[in-house]
Amino acid sequence: MTTQENFGSVGTARVKRGLADMLRGGVIMDVVNPEQARIAEDAGAVAVMALERVPSDIRRDGGVARMSDPQMIKEIQATVTIPVMAKARIGHFAEAQILQALDVDYIDESEVLTPADEVNHIDKWGFTVPFVCGATNLGEALRRIGEGACMIRSKGEAGTGNIVEAVRHLRTINKAIRMLQLADESELFSMAKDLQAPLPLVLEVAATGKLPVPLFCAGGISTPADAALVLQLGAEAVFVGSGIFKSDDPERMAKAIVEATTHYLDASVVARVSTGLGAAMKGFETATLEQRLSERGW
Amino acid sequence: MPRLGILALQGDVREHQATVQSLGIEPTLVRTPQQLEEVDALILPGGESTAIAHLLVTSGLREPLANRLNEGMAAFGTCAGLIALSAEVLDGRSDQWSFAMLDVAVRRNGYGRQVASFETPIEVESLGLVPGVFIRAPRIERWDPQVEVLASHDHGDGEHPVLVKQGAVWGCSFHPELTSNAEIHGLFLQHVGF
Repeated sequence: MTTQENFGSVGTARVKRGLADMLRGGVIMDVVNPEQARIAEDAGAVAVMALERVPSDIRRDGGVARMSDPQMIKEIQATVTIPVMAKARIGHFAEAQILQALDVDYIDESEVLTPADEVNHIDKWGFTVPFVCGATNLGEALRRIGEGACMIRSKGEAGTGNIVEAVRHLRTINKAIRMLQLADESELFSMAKDLQAPLPLVLEVAATGKLPVPLFCAGGISTPADAALVLQLGAEAVFVGSGIFKSDDPERMAKAIVEATTHYLDASVVARVSTGLGAAMKGFETATLEQRLSERGW
Repeated sequence: MPRLGILALQGDVREHQATVQSLGIEPTLVRTPQQLEEVDALILPGGESTAIAHLLVTSGLREPLANRLNEGMAAFGTCAGLIALSAEVLDGRSDQWSFAMLDVAVRRNGYGRQVASFETPIEVESLGLVPGVFIRAPRIERWDPQVEVLASHDHGDGEHPVLVKQGAVWGCSFHPELTSNAEIHGLFLQHVGF
């Protein structure tokens, strides 16, 4: 939504995508209370995701996972100076309206919560606040961008502490981008059909070799090495959910992942921050999961 | 030929890189004290100022960069970069520090949170109108007489500077690097001998 005020336009694609640009090379951390938010900011997080339960607890507890209590979001906003994000259920535009009214800085329309609509995602163009959405492949990413998402995160498999799905999704997205770049122009129409993605976005990706919005990585990052891995695979920033506050020493883990994210090309730095960190979160083998969150959304 | 660096710890490094490349300059990305030694001028990008401040310390750049700036190295900071160069930071963390190269007081998120982020044309001295993209932007609330104001914006409560310079150090509360207009970068580089 673009609204012309007497001093300028708010909610333009450029200011919404621009905040994602500012978060590049950073770590966005899931936090469930103001104390964790403070630890995240102290460690150098570029933003926090305010939620009631981290994904591994949602996975353990079961039941319907919904938007967080506004009280908790407000407390976290009052605690930190960095951007505060919050999650809405897929398709639940009323939750998104509430989050916008709360002045959150980014909304994650997230598969980690229980979907509210099995057909439609939120029409994100109608909002002033920007949205991030998950994707497992290029078609899904471009459909979300077509709906107005200003940042894409590869989904991975949230709450598992297992990086395998994040790697699969990043590689899948980037491989598809490379195939578009190699294609003959006359082939792009049918490739758009196969991707089930809007043609103008397919043409743009074929021409530029990258998504029109920043590509971040989420779902399973639980060590500094994981962060260095996904950044080298083309992610521009990382979301860390359960990986920090389910580890032995969250403060140190948070700082270590922040440093590894900046210096991901310098293995000696990643080695230094990885030394003596204590145990990372225990994690799950994804093949044995009962519920795959990454299959939510389409 | 002088060498331009971009502080590449976090933030919109790529946009600054593309902007200066469009002016025919290939910048050095600075993440270590060794890389800092190779450059004659430095761009401090937009990003999260607390994260960049933290990373300046952990990467060992804080002290050498403070020394270079005090020795007169040219620098241009946008948004978070402006905060890092300012003498006083309002509404920051209690332990917020800065290089104090510009005698201004900036208020973090002084124009509001993200839903208040905006864009508007900005009149820059000697350039005319350029696009101004303000994202959770810092607001310059006080400035000393030695600070030269190159552009101002009235957000409904009087004119506040949005582009300033003091000697070879420039600060901007918006993001020229997010647009295809490279004129402000060009003006800075021309002034500092590129």
